[in-house]
Amino acid sequence: MAIKVLHPGLSTSVQDLGRPGYFHLGIPIGGAMDRYAMRAANLLVGNDEGAAGLEAVFMGPKLEFAEDRLVAVTGADMPAKVDGVGQPGWTAFKVKAGQVLSFDFLKSGARILIAVAGGIDVPEALGSRSTYPIGALGGYKGRALAAGDELPVGKADLAEEGKSVAEELRRKPGTPAALRVLPGLYWDRLTDAAKASFFADEWKVAPEADRMGYRFRGGRRLEFIDRKQPFGAGSDPSNIVDSCYPYGSIQVPGGTEPIILHRDAVSGGGYFMVGTVISADMDLIGQLQPHTPARFVEVTMDEALKARADRAALLDRLRQSLS
Amino acid sequence: MPARYTFGGDEHLFVECSSEMSLEAFFQSLSMATAVRESQIRGVTEICPANASFQVKFNPDLIKPDDILREVQAIEGLAEKSEPVLKTRIIEIPVFYNDPWTHETLMRFRERHQEPGGTDLDYAARINGYGGVEDFVAAHAGSPWFVSMVGFVAGLPFMYQMVDRQRQIEVPKYLRPRTDTPKLTVGHGGCFGCIYSVRGAGGYQMFGVTPMPIFDPTQQTSYLRDFMVFFRPGDIVKFKPVDRDGYDTAVEEVDKRLFSPPIRQVCFDLREFSKDIDGYNAALEGILNGH
Repeated sequence: MAIKVLHPGLSTSVQDLGRPGYFHLGIPIGGAMDRYAMRAANLLVGNDEGAAGLEAVFMGPKLEFAEDRLVAVTGADMPAKVDGVGQPGWTAFKVKAGQVLSFDFLKSGARILIAVAGGIDVPEALGSRSTYPIGALGGYKGRALAAGDELPVGKADLAEEGKSVAEELRRKPGTPAALRVLPGLYWDRLTDAAKASFFADEWKVAPEADRMGYRFRGGRRLEFIDRKQPFGAGSDPSNIVDSCYPYGSIQVPGGTEPIILHRDAVSGGGYFMVGTVISADMDLIGQLQPHTPARFVEVTMDEALKARADRAALLDRLRQSLS
Repeated sequence: MPARYTFGGDEHLFVECSSEMSLEAFFQSLSMATAVRESQIRGVTEICPANASFQVKFNPDLIKPDDILREVQAIEGLAEKSEPVLKTRIIEIPVFYNDPWTHETLMRFRERHQEPGGTDLDYAARINGYGGVEDFVAAHAGSPWFVSMVGFVAGLPFMYQMVDRQRQIEVPKYLRPRTDTPKLTVGHGGCFGCIYSVRGAGGYQMFGVTPMPIFDPTQQTSYLRDFMVFFRPGDIVKFKPVDRDGYDTAVEEVDKRLFSPPIRQVCFDLREFSKDIDGYNAALEGILNGH
């Protein structure tokens, strides 16, 4: 069974739940930006939660199916169509042999996750099918999809059509998006005024927002406490001796535009970081379009762990509702 | 020096051994990172050593942040008492300095450079007090380098030269990053050398290229069949200048899957090294050359 790519969309890639274990060699975890949506899509079509699917940003692909398959599209609101007929989101529907799956314009959110029963069956690389384009690793030939590609799909039993995720179990960012941040790392490089303005100001997602990182602008410039720069750090006050970068860490080069590192993060570098977006909110970032207003919300470690537990409970409810 | 501990969200513990770079700070961070790996703490999923710091990724569903903090702090106490000795390997890496490909690239991005009139090598030689490019290259290739961190992108080594601070090469990064860097460019930014594992954007000054691939996701390269990434933190690198013929020959050998870089196992002792840096480096080079 194969799916033929008639049109790849803007940037569509094979993703699963990622490739942990190689960040110390510069290879990031990768995988779906919105993990919750990826899991939901897979559960809807009867796959393992970690099966490989497609992630498309801003614009959907056009795909021709060689066999009947159950499909689900989750994440952003970008209506799917089968031979031109609209299909509900967060719901399993059938695509028959010879039919074409395409998409309407994006209405809200940024990324759709497309699960196909059987999963996208490209070879695993370092334990994952996720695409890491900088390293030409994983996915379909290590790159985003292109017209003419033939995607292999695994075997699947015909599961039931029409399963759907209840509205209250669909997780989306609010407006403005509230991203919870645990201050730390090099937070104490900032003046008290900068610490306050970072959380008080409204920021907007910049056009430079992709799987490696999301840039924000619009808030006040952050001022640094004076110091003699340490040897090896570089002359700008925002420079540090190159260190590791946590996933979700927020670096602010020059104190001007915060950048949140995401699934395809560079593993380290020489910019100071003010803190880290908590694990519970990482999925939300992947659904932000450029120009979306956003606020950073200060939390404690206890609040971060509570949010993590809440998200895990939501996932459990999702699993129960679809089992 | 006591390390600084801070959390990167609810999944990372970040440990800064020193805010400034030194061989001692690198050694402490690598030793601690290794000790954390060996202690196999439950819930730890990844350990990433960096130049003077390291990061531990953990699953807070399996271990509480306060508990991982306590465990790693205990390891710091033990690491301080352990001998500053590292079993590692020394590798000879051929470099074609002042090559035509980095030259073409640096000319293309000249308006982003501090000194549009010269080359990156001219600039680096001048601001580091060398009489000319030849002397600068002699210093760059004259003493070995520690791989102090692997990362940024897949398989890229950050390197710190094994000389005292007065002799460290220091250069600023480009004023604005380039959008292109040839694959396998040997570069330098701040006090760190690097080899670009893949083609792409970059801000380091460019000095030359190596014919030797260091990242191969296809694992076709003879010495990358077991694993696609060549470098490990703690590797010692000695650069060997080669000319165009030497470069072409090596590329041909790589293509025929015959190339293998000279590698020797060594035991590095920071105390002995600190007593006589040049003497120690000469002995390391002797081991590399089979003496």
